[in-house]
Formats: sequence, structure tokens, C-alpha cells
Amino acid sequence: MARVVLNQVTKSFANQQVVKGINLLIPDGSFTVLVGPSGCGKSTTLRMIAGLESATGGEILIGDQTVNQLPPGKRDVAMVFQNYALYPTMNVYDNIAYGLRNRGTSKKECQVLVEEIAEIVGLTQYLKRKPSQLSGGQRQRVALARAMVKKPKVFLMDEPLSNLDAKLRNQMRVELTSLHKQLGSTFIYVTHDQVEAMTMGDQIVVMSEGNIMQVAAPLELYQEPDNLFVAQFIGSPAMNIVKDEENSAVVWGFRPEKAQLLAESAAPASSIEQRVLRGTVISREILGAESLCHVETEKGRIVVKVDTEISIQMGTHVQVIVDAANIYEFDRATGKRIGKGVGRVGQHALAGGMV
Amino acid sequence: MHKAVAAPELSGTSNQAAEVPIDWMERLRPYLYVAPAMLFFALFFFFPIGYVIYLSFFDWSLLNLEEMEWVGLGNFTALMAEEDFWQVLGNTLIYTVVTVGLGILLSFMLALWLNRKAKVYGIVQAAVFSPHIVSLVSIAMLWMWLMDPQYGLLNAILEMVGLPGYSWLSDTKSAMVSLILVSIWKGVGYNTLVFIAGMQSIPKDIYEAADLDHSPWWRTLTRITIPMLSPTMFFLLVINTVSSFQVFDTIYIMTQGGPVNSTNMLVFYIYEQGMDFYNGGAASAASVILLAMVGFLTWLHFRLMEKRVHYR
Repeated sequence: MARVVLNQVTKSFANQQVVKGINLLIPDGSFTVLVGPSGCGKSTTLRMIAGLESATGGEILIGDQTVNQLPPGKRDVAMVFQNYALYPTMNVYDNIAYGLRNRGTSKKECQVLVEEIAEIVGLTQYLKRKPSQLSGGQRQRVALARAMVKKPKVFLMDEPLSNLDAKLRNQMRVELTSLHKQLGSTFIYVTHDQVEAMTMGDQIVVMSEGNIMQVAAPLELYQEPDNLFVAQFIGSPAMNIVKDEENSAVVWGFRPEKAQLLAESAAPASSIEQRVLRGTVISREILGAESLCHVETEKGRIVVKVDTEISIQMGTHVQVIVDAANIYEFDRATGKRIGKGVGRVGQHALAGGMV
Repeated sequence: MHKAVAAPELSGTSNQAAEVPIDWMERLRPYLYVAPAMLFFALFFFFPIGYVIYLSFFDWSLLNLEEMEWVGLGNFTALMAEEDFWQVLGNTLIYTVVTVGLGILLSFMLALWLNRKAKVYGIVQAAVFSPHIVSLVSIAMLWMWLMDPQYGLLNAILEMVGLPGYSWLSDTKSAMVSLILVSIWKGVGYNTLVFIAGMQSIPKDIYEAADLDHSPWWRTLTRITIPMLSPTMFFLLVINTVSSFQVFDTIYIMTQGGPVNSTNMLVFYIYEQGMDFYNGGAASAASVILLAMVGFLTWLHFRLMEKRVHYR
């Protein structure tokens, strides 16, 4: 177990800088998720920690040791790859035992360790099989077992669930989280899927174009985004962004689930501070219990999440009402959040106080 | 297949089924589609093979095709009784084993070295491959000059470093070595290229996983690279063996089977029997033996490699 520290780490490929001097502290025992759109540098960052890519500049520490010059095998990390990267010519047992043998672990000890891990991930009856004879989920377990058996200080995972079907993915998500709790090791997990990031991570690192946009816990990321990028990247559907009429240097945003739709004629309750947008409903997507209403307003198209039971006709003129407490303001030029430290106006806890 | 599946359903309504006329055109159609290809194969592959087997049972001469005498297995027993023929078989076997074995080993090592990204390796790859695109006749001529005992480059180099000249093609012991050398030189480029292609098709992340597993290079080589190259190796083994068995051009140009029959091999022997001695029967019988041997070896390769070759 160990923390991982990145100090001004950069990476360039043929004159193109893909990681632009990032600083990051990954606490010991945390489940840290690197998330961002493709090409944001998250996988490269992970591979630099693994030692599969060398950092162009900066310093990488695992525990208290600078590892820039250490080969991958000596960093005491284990990695689960997107395509599993199992050794196709070896059976499951040999796949798991390979790393142990390279360390000089005795045959007897190997057997004990492999069988123990196989039991945990439920592979005991498949030890003699070749990877080609396993299903996607089973291969994923072999990849996990291969990483776990080495008892590394840090687990690295590069989109490990993206090749599984939706059902298996949900199941593995839960299993990985409980595995993390069980092992207590540091997990660093790369994904482009914000649902995976939000549900699994206790610390989320949002990256874009080689920079870190924000590091925070899932709830904070959702509630208090630092900038426009994070505000729009986290949360589905994305936050609505609207130009401010009075101040052209500012844009403001609100989440689709934090707005209300009212009929054009209805008078909004004016006891609390609110903002109102007028527009026409142009389409509606039914997700199940909730629907997304697309409203064309004078300030652009806006999405509002409403209860599916509410019946709304296309072409209806409506008012979109947002409480001031749910409004975020951003600097238009830099995308930085304005007044984050102060908190949103009239931000309130659940009725009856904090839970 | 289709009929077999449909049969149980039809049995319940047999009265109706009996009335449906058989559409012969429908049945013939697939055979008509493949007929041109089959005709081609029959004419240019199956017929020649059948005909040479047929011819091997006759005593006949290329000079007089009118008189063919049925001798049964006579041609074969005559060949078996001949000492020269046994020497030819032995030569062919030694040549094949050494050429294929050394050739593949060398190509594999070259491929390991050349399978890198820098430009230099690309240039070396092209250089190593170039003999493959040159006609074997030109190559044979070139090597004859290189190996000339008096004026050749090889002996000149040997002398320069103070070593005695080598007799190369003119000595019974060294002529075979010389032929093998030329063959390996000619074939190594192609084999290397195929090996490199095989190596590049191994996913990179497997090597990365091995790096993370702290795998030493020799174990990566023996446990990952070589097992994953087994289909490539198998392919090269088969085509190299078959082509070595059929060596002709270099023998014809460089040694004519000599000195003293020491480099005479099957195909050249067949040529000699047919074209020089007009002995059609012996030539056909030897051809059948060649066919059987190559066929057997290919079958053996498949059997031996079946369990060891890893296909994904």
C-alpha cells in the first residue's frame, strides 16, 4: 500500500504535449478515478505511473520512492488492461502464477497463492483452461486475479470494464468496489464513463486536453464544479449553459433536473429568488420514470428533466423556472466558476437540517 | 444438409410432399456454379497427378512414345535397387533438413533483431529481403562467381585474412554445403519478413503485462513470443520443406548434380532420367516417390504440430 504523487509530470509524443505538467496526490488506500473524454491524457498518465511510458518531465513517486527510472516490474504495481492482455498460450493457472514465478516464488507457495486468489474471484474450476475457452467476464477475473496475486502497492486499471456487456459491467463495478474495500490497496482507475467514475471512485480526477480540471469526491464534483468543463462533463444530461443578459463576461448554468416547467400563464411562486426563461417545448425523450424536455428559449435550447407522468404537448409555450440556489456562474473567457467559495445563493440543506 | 433438416417436418404431411415435383435445376445450380473452378483443378492438378501415376507403371521412352510396355511396379523396384537413387534420396534429405533448420533459425534471430521501429531496421529488412525477388538463375550465376576457387570473391576474402582457399563447388564434401548456403541466403529474407509480420501481430499489451510481471527477456521469448509464433513457424516449416525437396535451379546451374553425384537431388534426378536418358518410366516413378514423400512430410507436420500450434 502506498500513495502516489505526480509532480509537474509532462508527456510529449513527437512534439505534441499530451500531458501538460500535472500535479496530483493519490492518497494511500484511495479509489481514484481518472476520467475525461478520449485523448485527454488519462491513459497516458496511468501508463506513466505503471512505467509503460516514461515521463518527459516531472517526478512520479510511489510511496516515498521516485520511480521515474524504475522498470515496470520493479515498481510493485499491477495493471488490468482494457483487452485483459492475458497470455493466450498459458492456461489460467499459469497466467496467474507467471508474475510470482518471475519473482522467484517457490512452486509450492505459488500453488497456495494462486488457489487462494482463484477461490476469491471464483475461477477454481477454470484453472486448467486457456483464455480462449473463457467468457469475457471470466477473462476479466483472470486479469484481476493476475494483478491481485502479486499483492501490489498500487492497482492500475485501464478501462477494465469497457469490453463487458452492460449487465456484467454493473456487476463487476460492484465487485471491484467491494474488492477495494477488502484489500485496502490504492486503486487508480481510468475510464471515460462518468457513471463508472461517480459510482466507484472516492476521489475523481477530471482531465481535459492534458490538464487536470478538478480533483474532488463524487458529490462535490456534481454539486460544486470548479469550471464549465467539469460542470458539463459530469452529470447526464449535461448542465444547461445560458448567456447572461446584463453581464456579457459571465455565463450561468443549471442542471436539467433542477429546473421546473410551468405553463406560460402560471405565476411563479415569488417567495424565493428565481430566474425564468420562456420558450416552446420542441421534443421529449422518455427515459422511464423521467423524461427530458427540450425547450427552445430566447437564449438557446435547454433540457429540463421532468416526471414522465406530467403530460406535455409539443409546441406548448412554457416557462422554465430555476431557483437561484441551483444556479452556477462561470467566467465566460476562462470557464472558471465565479463565487464558488461563497456558495450558491440561498443554498439549502434537506428540510429538517443536514442529513 | 438442408434436406435432412426438412425431412421430419415433411413426414407429417407426406401426401402433399409427394406431389411437389423435384426441381432439378435448383439442385444442379450450386454444382454449375463451382463447375468452372472444378474443371480448372481437374485439368491442371488432378489429371497431371493421376497421369504421372499411370505413366509410372509403364516402361517408356521420351524418344518413342508409341511403345509403352506395362511393367507394374517394375520401375519402382528398379529404382530401389539402384545405389545412385538412394544417394539422391539421402542428399535430398540432408539438404532439406539443414536448409530448413538453419534457414528458419537464422530468420527467426534476424526477425528478433530487425523487429524494431527505427529507419535503419527498415533498410536492413529490405536488404535481407532483396534476394527473394531476384531470379534464382541470376543468383546461382552470381554465387558461382563468388565461389570460384581461383577468381572468386569468397576465396579472395579468405586469403586476405590469411586463411586457405576453399574448394566450394568443386569438392564432393563442400559442394553440398555451398548449395545449402545459397539456398539459405536466398530464402532467409522471405522467412524473416514472415516472422516479423507474425511478431507484429502479437498484441503489445501482452508484452506490457509481461513487463509488469517482471518477466526476464528470455522467459518472455520462450513463454510468449515463440509459442505465439507457432502458427508462423509451422507455415514456414511446411513451405520451406516442400520447396527444399523440389530444389532444381541451383543444382542445374552450379553443379549439375556433381561432383560424383554428391549434389544430385530428386527433382534433378527426375530431370536427368527423363531429359538426358529419355527414361520416362524411371522419371515418372521417381516423381511419384517425390509426391509421396512431400505429401507424407506435410501430413506429418500437421500431425506433429496439431497439438503444439497455438491458433487464437
